[in-house]
Amino acid sequence: MYLKLARRNLERHTFRTILAIIGIVIGVMAISSLGILGNSLRLTAHEFIGDIGNELLVFPGYESGETEITEKQYEEMRRITGIEHAIPVSSEGDAIDIRKESTYAGIYGMHGDDMQHILEIEKGHFLRGDSDNCVVGSRLADGYDLRVGSKVTIKDTDFKVVGILAEQGSGVGVSADQAVIISHRMFSKLYDTDGYDQVIVQVRNIEEVEAVKAAIENRFNRREEVVTVMAMNMVLEGANEFFGYISKFLMGIGAISLVVAGVSILNVMLMSTMERTKEIGIMKAIGASKKEIMLMFLLETVILGVFGSLIGGVLSFAGGFIINSIILKDISYLFAPSSLLYIVLGMGFGVFTGLLGGLYPAWKASRLKPLDALRYE
Amino acid sequence: MSAVVELRDVSKIYTLGSNKIYALDNVNLSIQKGEFISVMGPSGSGKSTLLNLVGCLDLPTGGTVLIDGIDTSGLDDDRLTMIRRDKIGFIFQQFNLIPTLTAIENVEMPMIFGRVPANRLRGKALHLFEMVGLEAMYADHRQNELSGGQQQRVAVARALANDPTLILADEPTGNLDTKTGIAIMNLLSELNERGATIVMVTHDPRLSTYADKTVEMIDGRIDRRID
Repeated sequence: MYLKLARRNLERHTFRTILAIIGIVIGVMAISSLGILGNSLRLTAHEFIGDIGNELLVFPGYESGETEITEKQYEEMRRITGIEHAIPVSSEGDAIDIRKESTYAGIYGMHGDDMQHILEIEKGHFLRGDSDNCVVGSRLADGYDLRVGSKVTIKDTDFKVVGILAEQGSGVGVSADQAVIISHRMFSKLYDTDGYDQVIVQVRNIEEVEAVKAAIENRFNRREEVVTVMAMNMVLEGANEFFGYISKFLMGIGAISLVVAGVSILNVMLMSTMERTKEIGIMKAIGASKKEIMLMFLLETVILGVFGSLIGGVLSFAGGFIINSIILKDISYLFAPSSLLYIVLGMGFGVFTGLLGGLYPAWKASRLKPLDALRYE
Repeated sequence: MSAVVELRDVSKIYTLGSNKIYALDNVNLSIQKGEFISVMGPSGSGKSTLLNLVGCLDLPTGGTVLIDGIDTSGLDDDRLTMIRRDKIGFIFQQFNLIPTLTAIENVEMPMIFGRVPANRLRGKALHLFEMVGLEAMYADHRQNELSGGQQQRVAVARALANDPTLILADEPTGNLDTKTGIAIMNLLSELNERGATIVMVTHDPRLSTYADKTVEMIDGRIDRRID
């Protein structure tokens, strides 16, 4: 009966009811869609960083004036226990020429044998030994129509392309997509260096990451910071935290629209209480307690909240789809369980808002004196 | 006979600025079970105030009101609501049905407040329909689909829903034409003959002929009692 009564009372002012529901729908959608966006950002970052959790990046201690990691330091480092591979990398950024066209690319110097540990080849093969050839990243290859056998010129030296890398996405340590990779021998010839700019250390067991990091720091940094060691799992944690903040911030923006919806429900229900003052008086006269009057009014706002949330929840998929496809250009994270959680969260907030907005009007209605309410016209 | 209603030195004083208005001034009245009492008087004589106090819609400023032996003074809103629900049935001049409910739901409503089991609601409501002379076909009609007389019959059925000790009627024929008014009055006397205690407030002297006793009020006092 209460439910029937609530439904009919809402139907009395269909337009007003619909407006109130729309408020909730928008609020739920805003929270859910923005939550999904934040979550998708986080998952995307995870994918980029995820499979390199066992890596340490070792850089020269720039703050102590170091500019490179020497061959001697590298030899010392690779003998530390727990290390699977220690990959020395030199890097530069430089103008390169492809068929008389100039562009800017990353230039990396690596040992041919090391490449397979951190890169993936799409066509051709990796460098062999101290080769005079080069391997190019996918974006560079696509942009300049490079194939196996094409020619790339760096500092007036010609390199034959022997391999094209698979798309890497954004990488930490080596960003290969817009890069040319040559052997260390050729790199030191071109840029006149002997040392390395970084060493990528792959640890055998992911549990040993911290121990290996400490071992490297103990070996080199006794007196001053000769090398800086970055653990990628720390980066991951940092990214997690960062995107967690972003998610909360985005949802906060969404929550504002839900607050507005709550105020509109408050307004609708206050109006409704005023209009129904006499009915409330009648009900109290024939035996409705304060609790029962309150229940009747709260039921109405809960219906508004639940309806709005259901519609909002469904539309959130659409919202998430649009936002993700515009901003991330990737919708694969839309149906991830953690994304769905944000829809549930948004809907929960929607119902809660309905309840909260109705609380005061319901309380006010229940407090009416029956005699005053009966006289009200 | 036991007194269903007992008023002892009851006053109701309203203060308007520095003026005190005596809506009721030391009223004593005792209503026995099974009596049909009409309270008459011009407007402002205090008859409505009397009805509100007996109906537990209001509390006196002085004196004692006993309903079925219960002293209403000092009771909170919820306790008064329970007395109204279990012991009193109201019939209003404007019928006062809930417009969003059907006729039969209006009758069921007080029973729901009174925790009558859901499976017994409809049966009892239909029985009450019969008792007040309404055909079952009107059960699902809303207020705006019923005539004034039908609405007042629904209201009488609603008033009887929780088997009250006392029925209070405030100008029950005030919004009805003469013929329908007579029909409703006949219904009330019929209920009285079956044992219902009725207190009716009216300013129409013709209605007093239906009552066992008439109490005439002027300026907040009982002026005359006619048995």
